[in-house]
Amino acid sequence: MAVMPVPAGNSRDCSVAGLDAAARHPYLLPMQCPDGSSMDGKIDRRTLLRGAVGSSAAFALATSVPTWAQPVSAGLVRDYPSVSGDDIRLTVDHVMRTIDGRTSHGIGINGTAPGPLIRLREGQTVRLHVENRLEEDTSIHWHGLLLPFHMDGVPGISFPGIAPRSTFTYTFPLRQAGTYWYHSHSGLQEQMGHYGPIVIDPAGADPVAFDREHVILLSDHSPMHPHLIFRKLKQMGGYFNYQKQALADQLRGEGQSAGERAAWGAMRMDPADVADVTASTYTYLVNGHGPRDSWTALFTPGERVRLRIINASAMTTFNVRIPGLKITIVAADGLPVRPVPVDEFQIAVAETYDAIVEPADERAYALVAESVDRSGMAVAMLSPRAGMIAPVPPLRPRPLATMKDMGMGDMDHGAPASAPVNDPACPPEHAAMGHCTPGATMPLPDAATPVDHAAMGHGGSIMQHSMRDFANVPDTVAKTPTVQTISPMPVDRTGEPGQGLSDVDHRVLVYRDLVALERNPDVRAPERQMELHLTGNMERYMWAFDGRKFSEISAPIPFLEGERVRVRLVNDTMMTHPIHLHGHYFELVTGHGDHAPRKHTVNVQPGGTVTFDLTADALGDWAFHCHMLFHMHAGMMQVVSVRPRDAAA
Amino acid sequence: MTAAALATMAMAMAFAQAHAGHGAPASAPAVSSADCPPEHAAMGHCTPTPAPPADPAIDPAASGTALPPGNAPAPVIERADYADRIWGRAAMAPVRAAIRREHGGMMLSQIMVDIAEMQVRNGREGYRWEGEGWFGGDINRLVVKTEGEGDFGERVEDAEAQALYSRAIDPYFNVQAGVRQDFEPAGRTYAAVGVEGLAPYWFEIEAHGFLSTGGDLLGRVAASYDQRITQRLILQPRIELNLAAQDIAASGIGAGLSEADVDLRLRYEIRREFAPYIGITHRARIGRTADIARARGEDAAATSFVIGLRAWF
Repeated sequence: MAVMPVPAGNSRDCSVAGLDAAARHPYLLPMQCPDGSSMDGKIDRRTLLRGAVGSSAAFALATSVPTWAQPVSAGLVRDYPSVSGDDIRLTVDHVMRTIDGRTSHGIGINGTAPGPLIRLREGQTVRLHVENRLEEDTSIHWHGLLLPFHMDGVPGISFPGIAPRSTFTYTFPLRQAGTYWYHSHSGLQEQMGHYGPIVIDPAGADPVAFDREHVILLSDHSPMHPHLIFRKLKQMGGYFNYQKQALADQLRGEGQSAGERAAWGAMRMDPADVADVTASTYTYLVNGHGPRDSWTALFTPGERVRLRIINASAMTTFNVRIPGLKITIVAADGLPVRPVPVDEFQIAVAETYDAIVEPADERAYALVAESVDRSGMAVAMLSPRAGMIAPVPPLRPRPLATMKDMGMGDMDHGAPASAPVNDPACPPEHAAMGHCTPGATMPLPDAATPVDHAAMGHGGSIMQHSMRDFANVPDTVAKTPTVQTISPMPVDRTGEPGQGLSDVDHRVLVYRDLVALERNPDVRAPERQMELHLTGNMERYMWAFDGRKFSEISAPIPFLEGERVRVRLVNDTMMTHPIHLHGHYFELVTGHGDHAPRKHTVNVQPGGTVTFDLTADALGDWAFHCHMLFHMHAGMMQVVSVRPRDAAA
Repeated sequence: MTAAALATMAMAMAFAQAHAGHGAPASAPAVSSADCPPEHAAMGHCTPTPAPPADPAIDPAASGTALPPGNAPAPVIERADYADRIWGRAAMAPVRAAIRREHGGMMLSQIMVDIAEMQVRNGREGYRWEGEGWFGGDINRLVVKTEGEGDFGERVEDAEAQALYSRAIDPYFNVQAGVRQDFEPAGRTYAAVGVEGLAPYWFEIEAHGFLSTGGDLLGRVAASYDQRITQRLILQPRIELNLAAQDIAASGIGAGLSEADVDLRLRYEIRREFAPYIGITHRARIGRTADIARARGEDAAATSFVIGLRAWF
């Protein structure tokens, strides 16, 4: 039987002594102990077999998943020898995966898919030797890490890639701590299992106190080859959607009314199109395990458990909740934020959140990650002991897109006319001070009376004429077949919880809840601003920035080194797009001044906008793309070039 | 060790040094400026200028993302080739070209057999097929179509094929141009031009004109609609009109609206790609064409029950 040491976390006696309790949230630890000693190197190594009370069968090591993701986990093992240290060897090769009892082919790392946990320490310089045993090129991108651009791992942008039967050594210093992940940036290998988690321990004390930690790596798995999935999407955009509106549900009085269906049909828009790829082919995974595998994270009642949640999916936005437990968000995209207690949160592809949960009772809890279209879910158990499971709640009804998702602003939401307009140029606190007028920069719909859904036959005819009006976008947006629609009235939706979550009866995280724990490193005003439109065509399955696919352009998005720029992303499509910039953090303009949350990936809701300030401080060329793998593959990708000020003039 | 590897390590080390001051606590909120970023100031390279006089329009306490942006011009960068400095143009150029092709420039195809059915009418049994394939990218495609019909035990009644260049002209519609070849009832060659796409309310429509080498002008217009009854059970009404600019005696076609097909097919998608169906079709010869048929002793109209398969890959 395998011995599984339990990490003790970093909670120690000094963490509570001498603290001004009122000044600090219980999850925040001082940077140093009161006696002045730093916590570095003083990790308590109680290696109890606390969790090993279950059956030995439950602990039998499955071969297709790495040690950290075994079906029953007592928590992370801090010094797992093969995946930490200054020299790490990683081998990319074909693997066979067993998920919910079914076996399929995948691409893994060091024999497993997902790959091993890479545990590092802030301040170290790491060398990662990646051997490619495939018959095709591969690569590893270190998602969210700040590093020299030629170590970023994107073939054709940062380096030539890793040829078959060769080894490439990545070398870079670690300038940050937190939860990250890695994945292939070659072809569609990521969808085949070529990804894994990264945890970087802080050089000093961890601002988050916890007794135990678990990695929750969410992903989507299909037995179909990713190239075939992409081909089906191109041949038939709605191929995977078996939750479309149909006559049968209309006769049952479900979904849209006849008038709404007609209005949406007039626009050739499908409100049931929430996810491109669904549970009709996907199994949703936690740490490589399907719902039936019931991956279990152990805890002892009363502990503070840190969950390092990573969405490593190719195409799936998840809504995560743990019925019966408050989830306190303490970090976003690796960086600490002021704790936000929520009941549920949406995690877009490629985002990470760290959360604290405090299960007090001797009972199991189900961690449920529903796909945004509610066609399926990933499930894990938080349990005091192996074999103790909690009931899994049923899937909730699938959401339908709204007029707002089509960029019609607040027209159909029935929001009271007094509701403040979300204007990033005028956050509520400034408006309250009389410094600006929200919404002054954008046309306002006549919201004097909430517009009834049923009355939208009238609205539909209006929209028919305005759903693709290039007068609503700058002339940087190309008039191509890629642009199916243009949001007539896009609004900042960072105060909204995401599709299908606006009507739940508990608290759901919104981007505006996130406030950086530390002051932003660069608090200058942006020197300039730019706007980028997220465009697409569901019928032809084309995706692009500003109407031009990556295959159709050669000039990058230009920045000068050190330049600070305000970037506004406008979603002209009815799908969400998690937009990821390599090699940088950016500050979301969500009304928090110099404590703006810093992210590497931001989800732009349908018909919505997101504004961020970027300090282009990393010289070189960087990939910038939608992290929906098949959107990127279809063309929603660009290069961000950062040049020295003297050279680029 | 290769030169590239050495260069890599050197750059990594320089990078580490350049950012050594990054983890500094934010306890000293030094005013930063474009000329003097905090990390340079920390190294004594420059002195940050004091905060500019407060703009009365701005909250004096505001900083970071609360500040309004300026209007500096954007720089111009022609090519994303910075990695050439590290790895060399020879190593980067082919990979760079490949990833651009890979992200949006891929070529794909689809073969669709829309109709493959047996028709039963008045005791006679016939068959009909209609299919098309496309090959190419998002904008430019080669489209090949074929359709035809006949009665079992007899000579094929109608058979034709088309090869068309197809180009996307807007989000929903393609223009097409190419050749049409009739094999039955008579071998004829036409130039073909038309448009097809998805109209509002989810109607698939197409309209094509054909000009034969003999100078005859024909037209064909079709529309169909998929009514989902359940997620897999789909009722498809379909209408096709054929037109002619002149009489074509050999084909039994009269000038004007010559023929109308009204079909109703109910298919069950066992998979999206594999859907057996049943249905009813009605064909009416119209106007002068009907007269010609009656003169030949044929029925001007016929209704058939059909059973068939819709399949694609």
